[in-house]
This record gives sequence, structure tokens and C-alpha cells, in this order.
Amino acid sequence: MIAALICVASVAVLLQFFMAYSRSIIAAYRKSTLSEQVREVVGIEGENVSSDQFRRLVQLIRLCPQKADDRVDLKVVGTYYRMMGVLRSAARTLAPRITAWAEHERADCAYFVAVALDRRIAYSRDLLAQQMSGQ
Amino acid sequence: MLGPFDYVLALLGFLAEAYVVVCLCISKNSFRYLSLNIYMLAAVGATVGQDIVLRHFGPASAMYSYVYYYTDALLTISLFFVIMGFYQQVFQQMGAGKYVRMASALLLSATAVFSLAVVHQNRDHLASRFVVEMSQNLYFVGVVLTYLLWGAVVKLRETRTRLIQLVLALGIFFSADAACYALRNLFPGLEANFLKWVPPLAGTFLPLAWAYTFTKIPEDARLETARVASPRMAAHQHS
Repeated sequence: MIAALICVASVAVLLQFFMAYSRSIIAAYRKSTLSEQVREVVGIEGENVSSDQFRRLVQLIRLCPQKADDRVDLKVVGTYYRMMGVLRSAARTLAPRITAWAEHERADCAYFVAVALDRRIAYSRDLLAQQMSGQ
Repeated sequence: MLGPFDYVLALLGFLAEAYVVVCLCISKNSFRYLSLNIYMLAAVGATVGQDIVLRHFGPASAMYSYVYYYTDALLTISLFFVIMGFYQQVFQQMGAGKYVRMASALLLSATAVFSLAVVHQNRDHLASRFVVEMSQNLYFVGVVLTYLLWGAVVKLRETRTRLIQLVLALGIFFSADAACYALRNLFPGLEANFLKWVPPLAGTFLPLAWAYTFTKIPEDARLETARVASPRMAAHQHS
């Protein structure tokens, strides 16, 4: 009985901590504004990125040279995005407010990947400039 | 029998633990995170000790089980001091350091007396089911302490990104381990399949997440807590 209670409570707390951890990573990226170039490449209008663009952004990010400092962030946020997808589907008929919240979280995840893509493009450009100046 | 994945996880965890100690020394933050530093050094020592016992006695020996579970329990208790260090940082501005130190001393005494009594009562079967139950309870105490700490962080609108991420990583570690040991207690048959991977994965995650936080997040980075807390907690904070 005690083990069952501990198990249920720990899983609930684990989900809450994981959500907060993912949100802390996303919040740090949320402060950055997207460059015009990324907006053009991805086709973003206005300040927000649609949650449906997440997968396309991830595909684009895979084409860029890897930056060591965002790999873990991308994995954590990718897991959070999938988790929110499951929550959105599960709550669709029962709780529309939760569905709307999960959709908002997914859009934040997509914004996070757009900022990461922006940084990787800037990093690639720096690498190219360094190579050109070396020649 | 340990496989290559076990060794990779152990090596990753070991390197991350050593990296955190070096990182804190270089950034002259060893005293600010003293309990965390001591925990990391103890974890490095425990990994080396476990490896020596493993080589001498083998993974199926009772000696290895004793050393594995009881060094793990000691490390978990030392993590309580890391939590107390975080409490001290959170309550620093309120001048509540004295009360936090008193609470830490009380917690240590209570844990020591309780552990001694429980170990004395179960001394005939220390490497059996008892050890799973003890680990489950110790990790759950960690979950409760970290959850209360997280509540204080949200309530007091703590904005230090580094502290927030350190606390959250600790919460993930404790809750994953507590859930795993509770499941092992409920369904012992599950251990052979996937539950045996959870403690090593969580044990590698914690030093890796901390190493990552100390490397990537500067000490002066700030974050709006309401953006991070779950919607229910954030709503409570705004009310």
C-alpha cells in the first residue's frame, strides 16, 4: 500500500519536475528574437511560431553543423513536445482548456527550435567567414 | 552480468561528477556550493570503490550488493545536505540561515537514529528486499524535501536560473529513483526487464545535468519563475 502511494506520488512529481525543467530551458530561449533570415526561410509571420512547424524546424536544424551547446536542450524539448502532443490528444474531448494549454506549450517548443536554428545558421556563417579569411 | 551500456553510463557519470568538482574549483564557487562539491567528491569515491569491489568479488557477489546499496544510501543522505544548501540559498535574503542549519542538524540526527534502528532490526537480511524498501523510503524523503524546496522557490519568486535548474534536476533524479524502487517493491519481476536501468540512468542524469548547468548558465542569469512553474503553481503564485 505504502509502495503504491509512493509510486503514484513520485510519478506525479517526476512529471511536474520534468515539465518545469523543460520550461526553464524554453524560457531562456524565449528571450531571443528571431532574425529576418530565419523568418524568411521558415515562413514565419508575426512573433509566434506555429506548433506544426516543429518537425520541419527539426529537419532543418539537422542540416546545419552541430553546435555542442544545444544538443541536450533539443533532446529535452523534443521529449516535452511529444509529451504535450499526447496530452493534447488525450484531453481533446474532455478538457478543451488543457488542449489549448498543451497547444501553446507546443508552439513554445517550436519557437525554441526556431531560435536554435537561427543560432546554428549564425554559427555556420561564422565558420564559413573564418574559412574564407584563412584562404 | 554487467554489459557495455552499464560501463558507458558509469564512465559518463564519473566524468561528469569529476567535471563538476573541477568546474566549481575553477570558477571559485566551491564554497558557495560546498555541500554539492562534497557530494560530487563522495560520488567519485563511491564509483571508484564500487569498481574495485566489482573487480575483486564480481557483480553477483553479496559483497558487491552490500557495497552498491549502502554507498548509494549514504550518497542519498549526503544529497539531503545538498538540498539544505539550496534551502539556505533560497532563504538567504530572509536571514533564515540559522533555522535552516538547525533543521539540517535535526534531519541528520533523525535520519541517523531511524536508519540505525531499521538496520539493527533487519541485520539478518540486509541485502534482501529490505534494501529496496530502505532505498525507496530514502529517495521519497528526497522527493518531499525537493518538492517543498521547489514550492519555496516558486512562492518566493526566486529568479536565479542556475539555482532553479539545479533544484529541478535534483527533483527529477529523486522522483525517478523513488518511483523505480517503489515499482520494484510492488512488482519484483519487473526489475530484470527495464527497472534495472532506471537508477543508473538517473544517477548519470544528475551529474550530467549539473555539469551542463554550471557550464552553460552563468551565475547572474535570471528567469521569471512564473514561466517555469506548472500552471497550477504559477496561478497560486500570482494570487
